[in-house]
Amino acid sequence: MPQVTLTVNGKQHTVEVEGRTLLVEVLREKLGLTGTHIGCDTSQCGACVVHVGGEAVKSCTMLALQANGSAVTTIEGLAKADGTLHPMQEMFREHHALQCGFCTPGMVMSAIDLVNSHPEGLTEQEIREGLEGNLCRCTGYHNIVKAIAAAHPLMHAKAAE
Amino acid sequence: MGFEGIGASVRRKEDVRFLSGRGNYTDDINRPGQLYAYIKRSDRPHARLNGLDVSAAQAAPGVVAVFVGADMAADNVGGLPCGWQIHSKDGSPMAEPPHPVLAIGKVRHVGDPVAVVIAESRQAAKDAAELIHPDYEDLPASATTTAALKPGAATVHDDVAGNVCYDWHIGDKAVVDDVFAKAHKVVRLDLENNRLIPNAMEPRSALGDFDTSSGDYTLFTTSQNPHVIRLLMGAFVLHIPENKLRVVAPDVGGGFGSKIYHYAEEAIVTWASAKVRRPVKWTAERNESFMSDAHGRDHVSTAEMAIDSEGHFLGLRVATVANMGAYLSTFAPCVPTYLYATLLAGVYKTPVIYCEVKAVFTNTVPVDAYRGAGRPEATFLLERLVDAVAHDTGIDRVELRRKNFIPADAFPYQTPVALQYDSGDYQTTLRVALKNADWDGFEARRAEAKSRGMLRGIGISTYLEACGIAPSAVVGSLGARAGLYEVANIRVHPTGSVTVFTGTHSHGQGHETTLAQLVVDQLGVPFDQVEVVHGDTAKIPFGMGTYGSRSLAVGGSAMVKAMDKIIAKGKKIAAHLMEASVEDIEFANNTFTVAGTDKSKTLTDISLTAYVPHNYPIDELEPGLDETAFYDPKNFTFPGGCHIAEVEIDPETGVIHMCNFTAVDDVGRVVNPMIVEGQVQGGVAQGIGQALLENAAYDANGQLLSGSFMDYTMPRADDLINISVATENTMCTHNPLGSKGCGEVGAIGSPPAVINAVCDALKDYGVRHLNMPATAPKLWSIIQAGK
Repeated sequence: MPQVTLTVNGKQHTVEVEGRTLLVEVLREKLGLTGTHIGCDTSQCGACVVHVGGEAVKSCTMLALQANGSAVTTIEGLAKADGTLHPMQEMFREHHALQCGFCTPGMVMSAIDLVNSHPEGLTEQEIREGLEGNLCRCTGYHNIVKAIAAAHPLMHAKAAE
Repeated sequence: MGFEGIGASVRRKEDVRFLSGRGNYTDDINRPGQLYAYIKRSDRPHARLNGLDVSAAQAAPGVVAVFVGADMAADNVGGLPCGWQIHSKDGSPMAEPPHPVLAIGKVRHVGDPVAVVIAESRQAAKDAAELIHPDYEDLPASATTTAALKPGAATVHDDVAGNVCYDWHIGDKAVVDDVFAKAHKVVRLDLENNRLIPNAMEPRSALGDFDTSSGDYTLFTTSQNPHVIRLLMGAFVLHIPENKLRVVAPDVGGGFGSKIYHYAEEAIVTWASAKVRRPVKWTAERNESFMSDAHGRDHVSTAEMAIDSEGHFLGLRVATVANMGAYLSTFAPCVPTYLYATLLAGVYKTPVIYCEVKAVFTNTVPVDAYRGAGRPEATFLLERLVDAVAHDTGIDRVELRRKNFIPADAFPYQTPVALQYDSGDYQTTLRVALKNADWDGFEARRAEAKSRGMLRGIGISTYLEACGIAPSAVVGSLGARAGLYEVANIRVHPTGSVTVFTGTHSHGQGHETTLAQLVVDQLGVPFDQVEVVHGDTAKIPFGMGTYGSRSLAVGGSAMVKAMDKIIAKGKKIAAHLMEASVEDIEFANNTFTVAGTDKSKTLTDISLTAYVPHNYPIDELEPGLDETAFYDPKNFTFPGGCHIAEVEIDPETGVIHMCNFTAVDDVGRVVNPMIVEGQVQGGVAQGIGQALLENAAYDANGQLLSGSFMDYTMPRADDLINISVATENTMCTHNPLGSKGCGEVGAIGSPPAVINAVCDALKDYGVRHLNMPATAPKLWSIIQAGK
């Protein structure tokens, strides 16, 4: 079986995979990083979003072999070692942007990429359109949109420091 | 730390776990030696199963075993039981055909489980299942209730002639018919309540783990009610006594009703784990969720309101056909009867009501409770009918509602359909909603929209629901095969921290937070010293789980009772320690005091004494500070309120936009306003989804057309808007918290508000009613036809 080498949350792993093995399967089943979820089989729900090379990717839609040599960040890799949450995680908590928590990891990873790629700012409508690839069944998105809007200045203030 | 008791928007305990990827959902759990199950499902709506050769699958790489219905039958495995029995008008019990775990003889819907392949990996199991080619003899299928009721229709179950499960009614038909015969006017509406697919974001999953040394079974499962699953599966399906069966529902990613029921896969992995003597895990792919999770709604109804010359409601007559799907899911029979017809009075003083309901088998996925369960169907029917009355009489729709409301001083109010409402104030929720929605300013907004070529409409729904289920004796007399009390165990530890063991289950509701707030409030224990445990039959007492917005009203009330016992016992210990009489001991703010003195002991002093009983009234009192209470509610609770929707339709494309949504609800005592607001927003989102986007579609032959997220329109962020939520609460009079429940109000009140707004927007096109979902093609066609 072929091998892939990935740097996940700063730690390098080499694992054997089948040609058809998906990135999300490596994360969940080989590396035990079960924070990344599988919510559908048609790349519609976004529960599996991680960052590959800093960009949001649906890990159910990428073969593990395609990610060979990449740096991957999952929800487990966001908080600091001392447990301090990433501003997006903190704003999700502050604004009650999660209920059952299942879509949350993918939602947070998508939201971070959305904010990172729009330093100029985001309107409510742009946030809503930016969440096109993520489904949430609990919140009605109201508080997710609020949380992302609140995280934007925090993240960009941080980046400017 | 600020105030963290009842009424505080405390941030949730569970969030750091979920936000850090440390949730523990069923599919995250793996057991040593675990195998994987893949279910071979029927791709036929209806077929005789003449042969099932699984030898090729058995021989495939990595396969450990393949089982079919006959294997389970040989082990005396029972069918999936139904938890509610309805009797027809003539007194006969409902038709209750067998529901085999794996198909025997026939398949009855697309998705019906036919065989299970158990292999070393998910992929190996799935590959091997491809090698199973059942010998099907296709049969004609009945895909809708209308088709199933036609003479000569395909019969889903050979021994259920005409496909009728039951033909039930409530009310006195002769009395109601008489009122209709004499009425000034009768307004009639034919309407459908569209079929929905719940789609909790976490697909169902089940992991069976048979312990070969102890003979104990453990099932990890995505359930809203682990004790109910243990009872049903243990007693009726696998014949495992409770002491040998543990059911764990860990973190569960949303339920909305769909994870109440006992599903085939739970029995399959539990049974198979003992057969192969290794743990067996199954996790649904989303396409399996679409064709195996119980669907919701699916009613076809005729509604008639008799009115006098001033628009007072004199009588309501309803005939409904409800789809049961191919088999009876766990609580399916009660949804279109006691959770539906009993709600038809709504917030109105309609003096007489008659409703008949025919439940029908079809070759579709079983239908059961989905967020609101029966109440959304009743509310949609009633609130659409009220608007039709306004349409047909020319009476203003707000005025019409006002003049028919049950007045605030009429409680307790006995409806003509069995329920007795304890409290409510519908004029107030209406008044505040009209203000919050700027109802009076609407015509200016309509005119402004018109200047842009857009059709703007506003719609209102004044609704009521019954939840906090339920008084056990009452539901027992109505056919429930279970009690619906709730239980709590409050364990005060020696150094004063507290663990709550609750029979309710949290799958998004935030119980770890709100239930802890109850302890902060009543015992004065700091929030961070309270832990809430749920979801494991090995830890929690026998409770009934979470559905029907019952957790706070029923489960919270059980906690209050258990904490009352803690305080009562603590007073005795305090009296002993402070050499006072029990009657003189008061408890507040975590402290026992002797009235009128400065003598006091903290709860921690008392709990330490209770567990280290050196100086203790041991002859009169047992050691320990650990109390359990079961609470059986005296009545349902009756949240209600007013929802107002505002929409804009582009006449050139039919594309519809939500502009505003305003909810003002009466949910009784609010423990955590932030969580209540989130529950209402989420419920409204599902209601808007039903009204505008979602529809479970079958073709005429029974093939599921909306079988993935590419075909079934889930509301996305850009389909929705910010939702204005407020509460105007009256207290529930019969439970100690005064809470009514908030989990379902959003999904119940909102669909008719949205459709009423759509009809208002299209009033110049002769639209009096349209069925959900109001999609762009449907609206465009109406606009084109009306031009």
